[in-house]
Amino acid sequence: MATATGIHHRSYKAELRLRHTKAEWARLALIFLGLFLAPYILNTYWLGIGNSILIAVIGAVGLNILVGFTGQISLGQGGFLAVGAYTSAILSTRAGLPVPVAVIVAVLATAVIGALFGLPALRLKGLYLAIATLASQEIIMFVVKRWGWLTEDKGYIEVPRLNLFGWQIERETFELQWYWILLPVTVLSVFAARNLFRTALGRSFMAVRDQDIAAEAIGVNLTRAKVTAFAVSSGFVGLSGALSAYYTETVTWERFSLDVSVLYLAMIIVGGLGSIAGSVYGAVFMMLLPALLTEAGDKVRDTAPFISEQLPAIKNAVFGLAIIAFLLVEPRGLDRIWSRIKDYIRFWPFRY
Amino acid sequence: MNTFISLSVYGLADGAILALAALGFVLIYKATRVINFAQGEFLLVGAYTFYTAFVLMGLPWILASVVGVIVAVALGVVVERFVLRPLIGEHAISVIMVTIGLSAVLKALVQMFYGTSVREQPKILPTQSVEVAGVTVPLNRLLVIVIAGVVLAAFTIFFRKSRHGIAMRAVADDQQAALTMGISVRRVFAMAWALAAVSALIAGVLLSDLSAVEQGIASFGLIVFPVVILGGLDSVPGTIVGGLTIGLLKQYVSGYADPGLAEVIPYVVLVGILLVRPYGIFGETRIERV
Repeated sequence: MATATGIHHRSYKAELRLRHTKAEWARLALIFLGLFLAPYILNTYWLGIGNSILIAVIGAVGLNILVGFTGQISLGQGGFLAVGAYTSAILSTRAGLPVPVAVIVAVLATAVIGALFGLPALRLKGLYLAIATLASQEIIMFVVKRWGWLTEDKGYIEVPRLNLFGWQIERETFELQWYWILLPVTVLSVFAARNLFRTALGRSFMAVRDQDIAAEAIGVNLTRAKVTAFAVSSGFVGLSGALSAYYTETVTWERFSLDVSVLYLAMIIVGGLGSIAGSVYGAVFMMLLPALLTEAGDKVRDTAPFISEQLPAIKNAVFGLAIIAFLLVEPRGLDRIWSRIKDYIRFWPFRY
Repeated sequence: MNTFISLSVYGLADGAILALAALGFVLIYKATRVINFAQGEFLLVGAYTFYTAFVLMGLPWILASVVGVIVAVALGVVVERFVLRPLIGEHAISVIMVTIGLSAVLKALVQMFYGTSVREQPKILPTQSVEVAGVTVPLNRLLVIVIAGVVLAAFTIFFRKSRHGIAMRAVADDQQAALTMGISVRRVFAMAWALAAVSALIAGVLLSDLSAVEQGIASFGLIVFPVVILGGLDSVPGTIVGGLTIGLLKQYVSGYADPGLAEVIPYVVLVGILLVRPYGIFGETRIERV
């Protein structure tokens, strides 16, 4: 229970709860209210960006499980997204599987491939592992680019408009319908990831991150923890990739390059490593940033045309500066900033 | 046989430039334990600075090189002081990401000032061909091998003989011991970044002399990884062996098999090396304790 002097738990069960105080429940209710109202407030353009954010959130959560919670640096995010997207697209267009089945198979396939590419993690750590995953990214990209069978030599896969058990996505209400598909999936994924770290498996991931040799000494099976971390994380990433395939309706290799891996790493750095909420904040931040810059560029098109001409370069520069600024000023990201704000308000008018 | 010799010359030239780019990378890793993902962008900035001084400002190439070196040293020192130093002792992911952020910023700056079009630069190295063992090969490729060899030899002598070089090796070996002997670790860190930027400048200028000044130069930064892993992340001779091996391998694969395959083959080698001998051919094996 929460009192003026802090939060006191009277049982272990109470301590393990996800939300302890009334304020936390109230905030959750507000968030859900906002999410339910969003599609009726936002116009189609911003709703489309919202949908991309929802897909990115799943991917960022997946990457954070691996990098933030297990401490295994991965630059292979783009490759794993590609595995999810290609698998589900091929299964549903050519094998004729229903979309939900294709998505589930894609998630499993990405988890298996992730575990496979995670095997070097058994011998390597830190910087060396980062370089190994860079190599797996390049190798997956090469396979995706050159293996003609994947795209029937067209270079891209066209995915027909989604039809879920007779519920057809219409052109006019495209973004709205997708929002109601993506929102529950994303909420469930975030909830699953949040709960993962209340289980023994999730705790073993964190033990590996904090000190892997010590974790092994207290009985954590390092091999199992590392390989499952890669598999679980890639499963989330595969889901994100599969959803993006149906949402964008085309699958091409350009959308899964190393830049994408870097973008997702930037999301979890900006949001906060080792925090599920942080992955959500980071995904929102990194996806909104270019959209807002475009908006700002359009605003000043007449007064300062040179700025809108330089917009692509400015976007890259802001992207890099955001990463550097967060690492230098607040390495624990938006999640930490948010909890500092909460502390400030809770203790006001005292400093601590 | 003819194809073999000309592929070898092209491969050695590529490898020599790779070795120079990798040298900067290894210098930074050896002294500061930072993996520099912005190495390709250092090449890019170096090439464009030289282009600015040589073509846009019309300076003779010697003066342009001096300008290039000054800018490279300044860039290295500024980056070390304001971006990397606050992160000393942070987790590997932070250090990697800050250099990735840096690479995005540097690339964006070049894009802002010069646009994305390919710039032609008058060739400095002679462009005629010479005959080697009955095969005509371009002279500039041979000269690139020679220049890179001279620079690498100069760096090796610097590390073995000069005061600063020995100080750098001492810091790489044991920072605390170096500090107690009165070596300024800060200065060594700054010097490592400055020297890395200079070697990247040389690599960038050579590369743009062989082809043209363009944004694609930055992609050399990624191919440096197979080179340094092959040679060992903290080994200067390793960069030469690794650079030449990867350079030759790429040319042979693209000449005899498939140019597309040549793009990915270094990474296959990289994974193989990491699985068999993660510390590379010459790298130092480190034992980790709790």
